[in-house]
Amino acid sequence: MSKVMVVTSGKGGVGKTTSSASLGAALAQAGQNVVVIDFDVGLRNLDLVMGAERRVVFDLVNVVQGDAKLAQALIRDKRVDTLSLLPASQTRDKDALTEEGVGRVIEELRGKFDWIICDSPAGIEKGAMLAMRFADIAVVVTNPEVSSVRDSDRIIGMLDSKTQLAENGGKFEKHLLLTRYSAARAARGEMLKVDDVLEILAIPLLGIVPESTEILNASNVGCPITLHNPASNAARAYSDAARRLLGEKIEMNDHAERRGFMSRLLGRKAAMA
Amino acid sequence: MSLFDFFKRNRSAPVARERLQLLLSHERILTGRADLAALLQEEILAVIAKHIAIDRDKVNVKLDRGSQCSTLEIDIEMPEGTLARS
Repeated sequence: MSKVMVVTSGKGGVGKTTSSASLGAALAQAGQNVVVIDFDVGLRNLDLVMGAERRVVFDLVNVVQGDAKLAQALIRDKRVDTLSLLPASQTRDKDALTEEGVGRVIEELRGKFDWIICDSPAGIEKGAMLAMRFADIAVVVTNPEVSSVRDSDRIIGMLDSKTQLAENGGKFEKHLLLTRYSAARAARGEMLKVDDVLEILAIPLLGIVPESTEILNASNVGCPITLHNPASNAARAYSDAARRLLGEKIEMNDHAERRGFMSRLLGRKAAMA
Repeated sequence: MSLFDFFKRNRSAPVARERLQLLLSHERILTGRADLAALLQEEILAVIAKHIAIDRDKVNVKLDRGSQCSTLEIDIEMPEGTLARS
């Protein structure tokens, strides 16, 4: 039983690629056979975030157009052997991907993997539509910020109407992944709270990933955070989310750093300086 | 100044929440995702309730979407004597 999961958001820069790589790695670390596909044709970045940028020979467009076999384009991760990557092409041709071709590739991947994670490009153009088209479930990545929440709402509407599953009358399963969350700022009333976002978007919560410098460290070196620094708060948030995807019941945790009064005071000073 | 700032709470999140709720309720109608009848029932009720005391259960809003034209049917039962007095 393989699952096709789209990681989407509408808005750019909220953490789709980071989340695709981290959830993919966490699922693979849990023993699942995982492939992560970069759908951002023309602006590929998943290869860079996963540290495989120098190993790209063929890409998704080559496979869709029949210029390469799937096995030639798949890149197996050097750290976790159940994790693979299918990179996007750097072509500027917007019509390089066809619905029929993408459907064929995904069907072939279903025979080989437990999880097929589709890293969607930002926006609501063709690339984003194709990334969600054949999905069974979606992870909607949202920041606790007005424009991100609005765009997520828009994307949720599309998941319910433009996916093959929804068109066939099925109920499309959607999960909210709240990223770059600061429990301290939410408590001070400076940032939307988890409950605010949940009430507005009305889809179940998959996880809360705290704003963390470790995320940048991980992408700097090209290693998903669950592999790079498994003990960090953000990595634990992604691991928990992956286990929830596998059906485990895990209590929700905002993975916030609990600091003492003095260090908070010093932290504020440092931020202002 | 830093001490003053420390105690001055900048509570902008409730504003964000309210703006989003208002905006999305309208955008969901445009993208055809809201239950328009339920929404109209709420808003119409709010307007009428400003002037007349009405029973929420005695308001019926029906929306029929047809290919040629759609109809909106609003049925409000007024409490006895409401109109006579006003």
